[in-house]
Amino acid sequence: MRLLLARIAHARSGDKADRADIGLFAYDAPSYAVIEREVTAERVAAHFAWLADGPVERYPLDNLLALKFVLNRALQGGAARSLRSDNLGKTIGAALLRMQIDIDPMEAASLPRLKTRAG
Amino acid sequence: MKTVRIGAGLGFYGDSWLPVRASIERGGVQYIGSDHLAELTLAILQKDRARNPGAGFTRDLVPMLSALWPLAQPRGVRFVLNAGGLDPLAARAALAAAFAANGWSARIAAVTGDDVIDRIDELRAAGEPLAHLDTGADIAAVRSRLVFANAYLGARPIAHALAQGADIVLTGRVADAALFLGPLVHEFGWAWDDWQRLAQGLTVGHLLECSGQATGGNFGAAGAWAQIPDLGHIGYPIAEVSEDGSAVITKAPGTGGRVDFDTVRQQLLYEVHDPHRYVSPDVVLDMGTLRLGDLGGDRVAVTGASGRPRPDRLKIVAGYEDGWMGSSVVGFCWPDAYRKAQAAVALVKQSLREQRVPIDEMLVEYPGLDAFLGPHADLSRRDDLNEVWVRVAIRTQDKRHADGLGRHFPWLALSGPPYMSGFHGITPGSQLLGVWPALVARELVESRVDVSLVEVA
Repeated sequence: MRLLLARIAHARSGDKADRADIGLFAYDAPSYAVIEREVTAERVAAHFAWLADGPVERYPLDNLLALKFVLNRALQGGAARSLRSDNLGKTIGAALLRMQIDIDPMEAASLPRLKTRAG
Repeated sequence: MKTVRIGAGLGFYGDSWLPVRASIERGGVQYIGSDHLAELTLAILQKDRARNPGAGFTRDLVPMLSALWPLAQPRGVRFVLNAGGLDPLAARAALAAAFAANGWSARIAAVTGDDVIDRIDELRAAGEPLAHLDTGADIAAVRSRLVFANAYLGARPIAHALAQGADIVLTGRVADAALFLGPLVHEFGWAWDDWQRLAQGLTVGHLLECSGQATGGNFGAAGAWAQIPDLGHIGYPIAEVSEDGSAVITKAPGTGGRVDFDTVRQQLLYEVHDPHRYVSPDVVLDMGTLRLGDLGGDRVAVTGASGRPRPDRLKIVAGYEDGWMGSSVVGFCWPDAYRKAQAAVALVKQSLREQRVPIDEMLVEYPGLDAFLGPHADLSRRDDLNEVWVRVAIRTQDKRHADGLGRHFPWLALSGPPYMSGFHGITPGSQLLGVWPALVARELVESRVDVSLVEVA
């Protein structure tokens, strides 16, 4: 089944020079196992191919149930030379939460967030 | 065991200082660290200073401390602020004048030496190429267009100023977290090579440098953001730090917002790149061993940071003029709102082309529809929208063309597609700035750092 990332994780994004960065945080350990497996650097690079010219770096942080992503050359040269409304990349975290991942329905049913919010 | 309570001030130039009152009056803080300088705020200050030589600091400094000092002084609360911007000495002069006019006393320190705009050639002659940190490009390409260049200083001059007895420390560019690490080193007497404690102190500083972002503000979560209570009276974060560097993040009683595992970890990773190598002038932090313990009651324990020796080189961030942006926004109503907006864009493009306006790049986005999400926006209803806005932005080298973009729109009102309204007006172009990060041997900068103290009686 397809699962929207926003249902099992939350995210905040920011900027530094021409890089955007996103912290992606699983709500719980079972959800972390899912995002750690599914939300690879390659998938994130493909998701943001329209925005970032450079490579995507990924840093898993098991202690925080979090993945850190760095999108290189993602801000048109930096916030102060970008033409975009979101020159600071503040909404890039939300764009990541729009990602759909494929997940086995049995595993999805075992995730705490999906159990408590049926459907 | 001794603990120190340190609270967050502003998170950027323009942020609110009203929440700092609660931290002072009810939060028991001994220090407030206040971050006024985003990466390119110095460019704003440079423009201010070009118009008025005494205006190179952030203008919120005097009103903020005029509001807070009467609360802080009787409680012995001290401030560390990077509001000095490009001119900490002018900032101090302005603050001292305001305090004197009110009959208030204070010892105010100023830290200088971060500004290297006038030392570029000297640093290059000393063997520092100042090549672009990411691309390796030669700074000669932008040398003539530089508007500011500042090195990120660390916590040492701040701790030094506090040791001299400063009540208020004004700095220019320092690492944001150093605003908090400085007071902790001063209070606890941590050694400058005690990497574990410095790493804990840096973590605390990083958590506090963005005001409400550690206490439930800008909590990026679908649905869950609405569960954060009373954002209108948000409490800014406060850290209770122990001598060993372990800390509890909390906020003043009776304030809004929330401190829990989720809100704190969102800030912990904010604007961090490699979390195993978070570089500051004082220590290199590895977050991989950190533990966040949710104690309940808006308290989160922070322990376990790993530290490695400080870098040999400091980071410089320079800004350079890089053309102009013109932008215009206009709206269209149903029927065919989206198609009409697209038609209007085509007409504007035609007009720009026929009038030979030189444009390096054009961006077209539909605010409310896809400006933020790009291809991840849901466009399934775009042929039957109630209304839509379109924003056209251009990059050009000539300010006059940026200023003039808006003139290509008004004729559409009577001669273009129907039901157009809400034109935002012809707004002046804005200067675009490129950012130039580079490294420099720290002794070349630190040998020029000066800490001076003035007493307002």
